Amino acid sequence: MNEKQEKLIDKKGIRLDGRKADELRPVKLQVGVLSNADGSAYIEHGKNKILVGVFGPREVHPKHLMQPDRMVLKVRYHMAPFSVQERKSPAPSRREVELSKVIKESLEPALFLELYPRTGVDVFIEVLQADGGTRCAAITAAALAIADAGVPMRDLVVGCAAGKVDDTVVLDLYDAEDKLGTADVPVAYMPSLNAITLLQMDGILEPAEFEKAVNMAMEGCKKIYEMQKEALKTKYMVVKEVEE
Amino acid sequence: MIGDFMPTFFEKKQLVTPGELLAEGDYLPGENTYVEAGKIYASRIGLVDSENKKVNVVALRAFYVPKMGDIVIGTVIEVGFNGWTVNIKAPYTAMLRASDVLARPFKPQNDELSQVLTAGDLIVAKIASFDRAHDPQLTVGEPGLGKITRGQILHVTPTKIPRIIGRKGSMISMIKQETTCQIILGLNGVILVTGKNVEDEELAIFVIRKIEEESHTSGLTDRITQLLKEKKQVVLEEKVE
Repeated sequence: MNEKQEKLIDKKGIRLDGRKADELRPVKLQVGVLSNADGSAYIEHGKNKILVGVFGPREVHPKHLMQPDRMVLKVRYHMAPFSVQERKSPAPSRREVELSKVIKESLEPALFLELYPRTGVDVFIEVLQADGGTRCAAITAAALAIADAGVPMRDLVVGCAAGKVDDTVVLDLYDAEDKLGTADVPVAYMPSLNAITLLQMDGILEPAEFEKAVNMAMEGCKKIYEMQKEALKTKYMVVKEVEE
Repeated sequence: MIGDFMPTFFEKKQLVTPGELLAEGDYLPGENTYVEAGKIYASRIGLVDSENKKVNVVALRAFYVPKMGDIVIGTVIEVGFNGWTVNIKAPYTAMLRASDVLARPFKPQNDELSQVLTAGDLIVAKIASFDRAHDPQLTVGEPGLGKITRGQILHVTPTKIPRIIGRKGSMISMIKQETTCQIILGLNGVILVTGKNVEDEELAIFVIRKIEEESHTSGLTDRITQLLKEKKQVVLEEKVE
């Protein structure tokens, strides 16, 4: 690597964006932002801005994707052309197709797919602004949007990453750390059931570091989970307040 | 029993989110809940309640799942060879067979189906059959069912329908009486209001919307009765002027 490379963490252990090693970026969540979708959510995770719309359960199109014994979950992860520094072609890239699949598989364990055979749920994820860790933020928002659509769930799914930067294991990598760091471990987690639904690693880590990273990411997930529950309740709190 | 520890983790009518732990031990999972390793969790956002060891979540957001015998209101979306496809606001589209509507053997060469019902027509129907493997079949072969010719339609969340009916139908019969409107509640969340004039219908719709908004409050029937009386008074005064 480039020898002149700037230090990503200073002597006091403060990262380039001013965070400590185990500190999350600020997260803002909102539920029910789209009136035309059955369920929707919006997340601002650091500089990431992601909008998710959910439709269904409804009939599956095209018909051949229909499963006679279970519901199908379809996920489209898409980045807006203006979401990154250099204009991104709006056509789905190899990376987006892969992320769609990965996100789909991380959400599926949370759903009761066998309950509604021959139907489908469509999840549309639109990344408006990207700054590293979009798959995790997208999972967090998608889980909220699915719950908002009234689809029964085992638990909300939360996404959060950890990684290694300048020989230190850190939580919630942003774009620069992701690109210049040594490793990135995105984790999706169902906190109530203590179950991991997504675990990836990009880069090289010692077994001990890997374990530390996974535990750190899970701790981060738990923090975001609280915000997630709060956001979901806020939308329906209005209903409760009338009661008082 | 002494020493039999059975904890619950909620207060009555508490707002819960999917995945929230509700109870442990000798409890039964009710609506919108599930069991994992002997523990009961919520599966939808809603308000918890327990009744005789049964833990229920009244969902604030849900969709309609067809059930045999349910009365629903649907829109005809397509005229087929021997029947109609009907949108009943559920994950499955329903079928209405021509032989069921005509009440006599159906011959494609004699009957023009689109003259009986066309796309866009609204119908009140009953779910005749539905299971995991087959789409719901509708029937209109009972009194009160069939094509809707007049009245107004409104949509509510399907989970709110029981509240609009009220305990032993107290709420709905009161609204019918006070507004002199005929009201048909489709269990799929579609409601048909037919009155002698538009004002009566508007009043009934206003009241139903009010119930939808305040469905979780207690003593709602009394307050709605009061509200209806006040509204009627205002209408009367306007007429005098």
